Amino acid sequence: MRVALFLTCFNDTLFPNVGKAVVTVLERLGCEVDFPMEQTCCGQMHLNTGYRPEAEKLARRFNEVFAGYDAIVTPSGSCAGTVREGYPMLLGFDGPPVHEFTEFLIDVLGVTDVGASYPHRVTYHSTCHSLRALKVGDRPYRLLKEVRGLDLVELPSSEECCGFGGTFSVKNPDVSAAMLADKMRHVLDTGAEVVTAVDTSCLMHIGGGLTHSRAGVRTTHIAEILASP
Amino acid sequence: MTDILASPGTPDGKPVTSHGASGDDVVSGEFETRTVPMPWPRRRLTPFPAAAKIKLADTQLRRNLRKATTTIRDKRQRVVDELPDWEELREAGRAIKSATLRDLDKHLEQLEASVTAAGGIVHWARDGAEANAIVASIARQHNVDSVVKIKSLLTDEIDLNVALAEQGISAWETDLAELIVQLGHDESSHILVPAIHKNRNEIQAIFQASGLEPTSSEPRDLAMAARQHLRKKFLSAKVGVSGANFGIADTGSIVIVESEGNGRMCLTLPEVLISVMGIEKVLPTWQDLEVFLQLLPRSSTGERMNPYTSIWSGVTPGDGPQEFHLVLMDNGRTNALADEIGRQVLQCIRCSACLNVCPVYERTGGHAYGSVYPGPIGAILTPLLQGMKGSESLPYASSLCGRCYEVCPVKIDIPTVLVHLRSKSVESHDHFSINDTAFRTLAWIFGDKRRYETAQKLGKLGGPFGSVFRPWSSVRGPLAVAPQSFRSWWKEGHS
Repeated sequence: MRVALFLTCFNDTLFPNVGKAVVTVLERLGCEVDFPMEQTCCGQMHLNTGYRPEAEKLARRFNEVFAGYDAIVTPSGSCAGTVREGYPMLLGFDGPPVHEFTEFLIDVLGVTDVGASYPHRVTYHSTCHSLRALKVGDRPYRLLKEVRGLDLVELPSSEECCGFGGTFSVKNPDVSAAMLADKMRHVLDTGAEVVTAVDTSCLMHIGGGLTHSRAGVRTTHIAEILASP
Repeated sequence: MTDILASPGTPDGKPVTSHGASGDDVVSGEFETRTVPMPWPRRRLTPFPAAAKIKLADTQLRRNLRKATTTIRDKRQRVVDELPDWEELREAGRAIKSATLRDLDKHLEQLEASVTAAGGIVHWARDGAEANAIVASIARQHNVDSVVKIKSLLTDEIDLNVALAEQGISAWETDLAELIVQLGHDESSHILVPAIHKNRNEIQAIFQASGLEPTSSEPRDLAMAARQHLRKKFLSAKVGVSGANFGIADTGSIVIVESEGNGRMCLTLPEVLISVMGIEKVLPTWQDLEVFLQLLPRSSTGERMNPYTSIWSGVTPGDGPQEFHLVLMDNGRTNALADEIGRQVLQCIRCSACLNVCPVYERTGGHAYGSVYPGPIGAILTPLLQGMKGSESLPYASSLCGRCYEVCPVKIDIPTVLVHLRSKSVESHDHFSINDTAFRTLAWIFGDKRRYETAQKLGKLGGPFGSVFRPWSSVRGPLAVAPQSFRSWWKEGHS
């Protein structure tokens, strides 16, 4: 199966290992992965911050870059949500069919055991857009439960926003920090050494807070766990 | 909708803290309970982020809010989960409201005709000033120097108490939490539970300072002290003033749902009743009410049914008020109606479920929003009613987490309206903005692969963000661009 990887500008520039992990997992499962080099940004940040004309241009561009692919996979719940929910509003028609990474593994490839091994205590944070816009449900849990050696502990109030919210974190830095403090408290309560999620952006926020406070807990995108041999 | 018994706090609370009203023009010192506390108009001077910062530092407020919102949230979830057809009810609520708004003029004229036929007198008010003048003039015609009031957001919206005070008329709040807010020279901080920011010890102190004599800070004792004070007001009042939860066009009935019974007293004891209703509160038929009387209590107080539902149609000889006035008010509602995406805000039935699930509201409380309508619904309602000027920061007071939309009983897509209003906010900029320049530059970079790759290589992607991202690192450490981008790795070996 030939799959286009929509990595997102964010992962491409700041977290390239997430992209490498997605490629590893998809190739292990027999997919042929293509990375359309013309891709830049889906326009989420512009749309959500109030720069609608700019977002619309980026949406049109995205629509051209990814035209013609059978399947488009992205390791980002919020970017997938933008294409799925935001584009019909911006463009007046549906954008190309984008699957969030865990949706693709379970719904399209029909696998829950991707042959990974990860001997660590891990807790999972349900990111807002994956949960409430995409409705990924328990897909990430089903994938994590099949990982060898992984000790999955439930995160209290997992469904509560971490406080990132894109530019919310800089436009309302104090409220964002207060929300982060509660999220970190819940993470520490689990005794986990790793927090994972399907969105790197939320993890960057949570991980930044944990590292800054020397909490001894790291963040890892779910693709990196599933790519571990 | 009247609040549930307001005792959200903990027994170990401190005395009244400084997070109440700004109080700069409050008449301080003693006053006794026969004099109404001098009200003052609500002001919005501070942008949300700055107002929120102050509230976040109030540890007592944080604890009160966490406890109260969590309690109501859990209660709501329990009673919503009982109904197998909850999603169908929500859809029915949305559909009825949205269809009604499409023919609002027709339904309002029918309501006017029905109320008039039932012996009521209907007034029309374009804005708050007109509505206030109508209420004041009716009160003056009856030579009263005080009125009793049922908790009403709409009369808070138009500062009716201030307008009446200017005419020498005292407006007594009879809802327990509104009374606490009034006696404390404070402002409401929640749609349903106006005194949610106060715990029982703080309430006892406010009562004592106002001449009420609670024997302890137990909720029952506080309620008994308020009751003693309020009974005298109910029995001597000639004029009652209320808002309206619903106005039924085909029967001319007005509906008020509440918990404490103070509303029933205000609606039945005075000789004259004045109800001020927002024009969006009309429902076409009696039958429509069945949907909303299921949606509202469960979403609002987390009860299957609220204790008191008062419904009256005009005037009935020998029973209840013998003179009934209905004031139908616009005050910006037609502005909201003209906004294609924003108009769904007029579906709101003021249940406050969105406040109780909002992670922002839970941490800042209502005062930070600088409006009688706080929380997610306030962040869209305030700018839609009043215009963007002065409320530019409100549509940004959300992480767009989507919980508000999930619980809204009439399916208002609050995140979409927030994003829409953010666009309107950016469009309204008539000054140079470094953020606008940064975002437009970034969009220009993203518009072309070579520009994007060059920016990546030069590490300049953070460049236009410089001013935007400065507050980031103080809490979360520095942001670092990866030494090698994914695309560069891909080009090297993976084609």
